[in-house]
Formats: sequence, C-alpha cells, structure tokens
Amino acid sequence: MTVTDERTGAAAPVSTTPLLEVRDLHVEFHTRDGVARAVNGVDYSVNAGETLAVLGESGSGKSVTAQTIMGILDMPPGRITQGEILFHGQDMLTMSAEQRRKIRGRKIAMIFQDALSSLNPVLSVGYQLGEMFRVHQGMSRKQARAKSIELMDRVRIPAAKERIGDYPHQFSGGMRQRIMIAMALALEPELIIADEPTTALDVTVQAQVMDLLAELQREYNMGLILITHDLGVVADVADKIAVMYAGRIVETSPVHDIYARPAHPYTKGLLRSIPRLDQKGQELYAIKGLPPNLTRIPGGCAFHPRCPMAQDVCATDVPLLHPVGAERGSACHFWKETIGD
Amino acid sequence: MGRYVIRRLLQMVPVFIGTTFLIFVMVYALGDPVAAMFGDKAPDPATAAQIRHAMYLDHSLPAQYVHYMKQIFTGDFGTSASGQPVTQLMGSAFPVTIRLTLVAFVIEAVAGVGLGLIAGLRRGRLADSGVLAFTLIVVAVPTFVTGYVLQYFLGVKWHVANPAVAEGAPIGDLIMPGVVLAGVSLAYVARLTRTSVAENSRADYLRTAVAKGLPRRRVVTVHLLRNSLIPVVTFLGTDIGGLMAGAVVTERIFNIHGVGYQLYQGILRQNPPTVVGFVTILVIIFLAANLIVDLLYAVLDPRIRYA
Repeated sequence: MTVTDERTGAAAPVSTTPLLEVRDLHVEFHTRDGVARAVNGVDYSVNAGETLAVLGESGSGKSVTAQTIMGILDMPPGRITQGEILFHGQDMLTMSAEQRRKIRGRKIAMIFQDALSSLNPVLSVGYQLGEMFRVHQGMSRKQARAKSIELMDRVRIPAAKERIGDYPHQFSGGMRQRIMIAMALALEPELIIADEPTTALDVTVQAQVMDLLAELQREYNMGLILITHDLGVVADVADKIAVMYAGRIVETSPVHDIYARPAHPYTKGLLRSIPRLDQKGQELYAIKGLPPNLTRIPGGCAFHPRCPMAQDVCATDVPLLHPVGAERGSACHFWKETIGD
Repeated sequence: MGRYVIRRLLQMVPVFIGTTFLIFVMVYALGDPVAAMFGDKAPDPATAAQIRHAMYLDHSLPAQYVHYMKQIFTGDFGTSASGQPVTQLMGSAFPVTIRLTLVAFVIEAVAGVGLGLIAGLRRGRLADSGVLAFTLIVVAVPTFVTGYVLQYFLGVKWHVANPAVAEGAPIGDLIMPGVVLAGVSLAYVARLTRTSVAENSRADYLRTAVAKGLPRRRVVTVHLLRNSLIPVVTFLGTDIGGLMAGAVVTERIFNIHGVGYQLYQGILRQNPPTVVGFVTILVIIFLAANLIVDLLYAVLDPRIRYA
C-alpha cells in the first residue's frame, strides 16, 4: 500500500485502504461521579481528498474521538478501553510515543475551536508557524520565517510580511483562525481534523474561513474530518456525515441523502430544529429532554427517552448500525419507518 | 516601550520620597541622637544645643529631611558612630551583601523553579507531595534555626563548609549562608512555579503545541515554562529587596560584615546617618529591582507592552 494508491483511491473509494479508519473505539473518563463513557464503539473512515463531517451535540463524543486520533487525549483521566485507529492501515494506538509524535503535525494536523486560547499568547505568530518547519524539517530561523510569510499569504492574511512578528492578541478572530489553519497546513499533512473551526467566529467570517478550508483541502487533496454541531456548515463542504449521540454513531450517510431522507429520529430532530424562512413566526421545533449524563447512559438505544418513535424494544436492545441503502447506516430499530414517513 | 519606561521611572519618585521620609522620621523623631552620643551620662545642655545646631537638628523635621536629601545628592551621607564617613562603610558593606544576595538569588531561582517544575508536571504524584512537604517544612522553620543548625552540622561537626565567612567574603564561603538566606523564598518560588505550571499545562495552547508534534522537551521549555514563569519573575524581582533585608539575620549568624552587620551596629549605637543612609540605598536597590522586573515582564508577556 502506497500513498499513490490512496490518491487514486479517492476516485474509487471502495476497494482500497482508507487514509484513516477508526474501528470500534471506546474511551472513558474516570471522574468523581463515576466512569463517564464518552465514546462507545465509534467506527468511521476518511479517504484522501474526502470530507467527513462528524455531527453531534456537546458531549456526544465527537471531540474526544478527534483527540484520541490526534493522540492528545488527557490520560488520565481519559482511557482508551477498546478499538483501533488505523492510519494507512497501521494501528496508531500500538505505536510508540515517538512514532506518534512524528505523525502529529506532519501527517495529521488539527485545527482547534478557539484560536485565541489555542495559540500561545507570548510567542509571535511567526515563531509559532516557523516552529513547524524548524522542528520537523530542521530549517533555519530565516528559512522558516520566509516559509511562514508564504503560509500567511496562502491563507490570505493581508500584509503578512509586516504582521509576522505580531502576537495572537493583535489579530482579529477570523485572522487568528486563519493562522491556526496555516499552522495545520504547514507541512501539507494528509489529514486535517478541524474541531468546530468556525464556532467562535462571526457568521460572515464563518463562511469565509470555511470556504478557505474547503479550497485548501481540495488543492492539497487532504482528508478532512470536520467536527461541528452546525448542520448549515456541513451541507456545502462535506462528502459524508456521521451523526453522533452519547458516544455512538447513530447515522452515517453521504451528505445529500441525509438532508432529504434522514434515517434516524435524532437526525430528523436535528434537521427539524433548523430555523427556516418559510416557517417564520412558527414556534421552532426542539428535541425534548437533555442529552444523557455520560456516567449513566440509558440502556438499549441511548436516545429512546427523547425519541418520539420509541417502543418497548428501544429500552432493552441496543440497535446496531443497519445498512440503509448505498453507504448509509442507521442505528435505529425503526429506520424503515423513519425514512419512509 | 519608551513611554512605559518613563512612566515607571516617574512613578518611582514619590515612592522614593515617601519611604525615605518615613524612615527618616522614625529614626530622627523617635530617638535622640545627641543623648545617644553621651551614653548613660546626661549631656551638658549648652554642649548638646551646640551639637544639635551643628547636626542641623534644631530645625523642623521636614526641613531636616530636605537638608539631609540635599547632602545625600552631593554624596555626603554623614559620619558613623565610629567617626568614619558612612559612605566608607557602604563601600565595604554593600559588595559583601550584594554578593551574598546574588548567591542566594541564584539558589532560589534555580532550585525553586526546578522543584516547582518537577512538582507541577507530576502533580498528585510522589515527587509533587515530596516537594510540597519539603517547602512546608522550610517555610515553617525560622531562618535563624536553619542557620544555626546548618552551621553546627555542616560547619562545626562535619567540616563540610566554613562555619563563618572569612574576611572579604569569598563565594565558596557564601554558599551555606546563601542557602540559609534563600530557604524561605525558595519554598515560595517552588510553590508558585508549581501552581503556575499545573495551571498552564491544562491550557489550550499547550494542547496545540502537542498537536503540532513538538518534542516534549520543547513543549515544556518553550511553551509551558515561558508562560508559567511570568508570575515567578515578578516574585523573584521583588524578593531581591527581601533577600537584602533578610541578610541582617543571616549575616549575624555567619559573621559576615555586610549591610546587615552595619545596620545592626547603627541601630545599636543609635547612629541616624548610618541607619538612614543604608536604608536609603536599600530603597534605591529595591526600586531598581522592581523596575527591572516590570521591564522583564513586558518582554515575557507581549500583552502588557501595549497596555
């Protein structure tokens, strides 16, 4: 298996090894209130050039899964109890710390939500960008500086040359997020994990940053895992969607099918709760109840206490991810009814 | 940056006047230097008045202060009880005390930050508990106790170090007094560093540094320590004054003829020029140290520069 296989595989993603594959991942946290099961058997995969959107509320396990892939999970209190994370078919969870470090930044990079707190406040952005080249590629300060200016131009930061010595607090929110993107792109990684990259930004800036990210992803043919709770962001950029609830994937689907015909009551609820212009003046739909406490996840289907379609079987049997048409899956006992009505 | 420095310098002026005036009032108004000259005997009123006039003591207190300040700025600090000019005492005492303070400062900074870093990185584990227990003990035991105990065991019993500091105060002799002097501050530095490191190691930017694939060494030194040291530097800077004040006790234990020794003599013999003169210089050193801290602070934390 080589990288070229991956690149051609993007066109016909069926037969080749995916760029990244998460298999049956379980992560738990030991807290004062007991064991919080944040991730309970997540499977997903991304190919080169493909965008996977992971959708879910806070506490659904989407960020924890990303941190586990990245190898930046706080352990303790976090613990990976089961599963594999295959990068080019190799399990990263069995690699040495040094092997994993060499993948971070170089092969897999991450963009965080809040760029202000995620950038080091006392180092100039030029230093923080240049660090990637100096540490990973052994460049001199001068070379790294030139590359950093190039990168800042790349993410369209005006007057990059003059601003290279500025500190994070001197930039606007959108510019800071561009710097985060530049830092992640520095070494042209094969996979980027973006954890709610636009949540902390103004709506107008959100679109610009998202467009930039999508454009760069196409250009470098990178895999992208886009973690978000915003269905609006997803529609334009994602190829496929994984919806998470209480640490499990409840629905996976190519992006357009899910909007047209959701196959899980939770997804359906999420879609219905998006405000729409033609429903102006009407009360906005909301999924009743609250997400479950992760130390006490309900038995059976975790969503059943909030589900309008719940039957007795939902409280006892855990629904598996049933195949629903081509490349689709739904973890609902009544997916047929859901998709049909 | 330039304006920042000027503003800080201007702020020092009222502080300097305030502190020196207070010490001046305390020494001149609360004791009678003329009576002290005569010891137990009652001075002849005419002679006393003459001395008072010669020493400018027959003026009001503020006038005396202004007169004293004028003299200081021409380099005249008056004469000590032994008849030597106070400046001469300063010339011999300050180099010794500064050397002792520097030795203590280096020990405090290196050992304090080192212990704090280890504890902060391994919080909740054995090394952390060990450092916390050690610092608690050091803070709880008074300096003169650790001083005499170390002097007895290391100096007298086991002959590891000289029990007293030789004439001229060579650096080698100053290490044990330096440890004693640094002790309490070292404990504070360790605790402060520990808290700061523990807090910053949970910061988002540290997670970013790890996600960038930087080696752990670099994550800790460049990203973690750099941020964690900001409050520690503030403490270290202001503590230089504290160390010089603490030297009064340490110098007595180890028979060091520095500022502490001279100040003690000045107080004992009720000689105002010695006491006020030495304290004035200490105030200046303290202010200078604070200024350096503030400037260093701006270098360490760019967010301060433009405030």
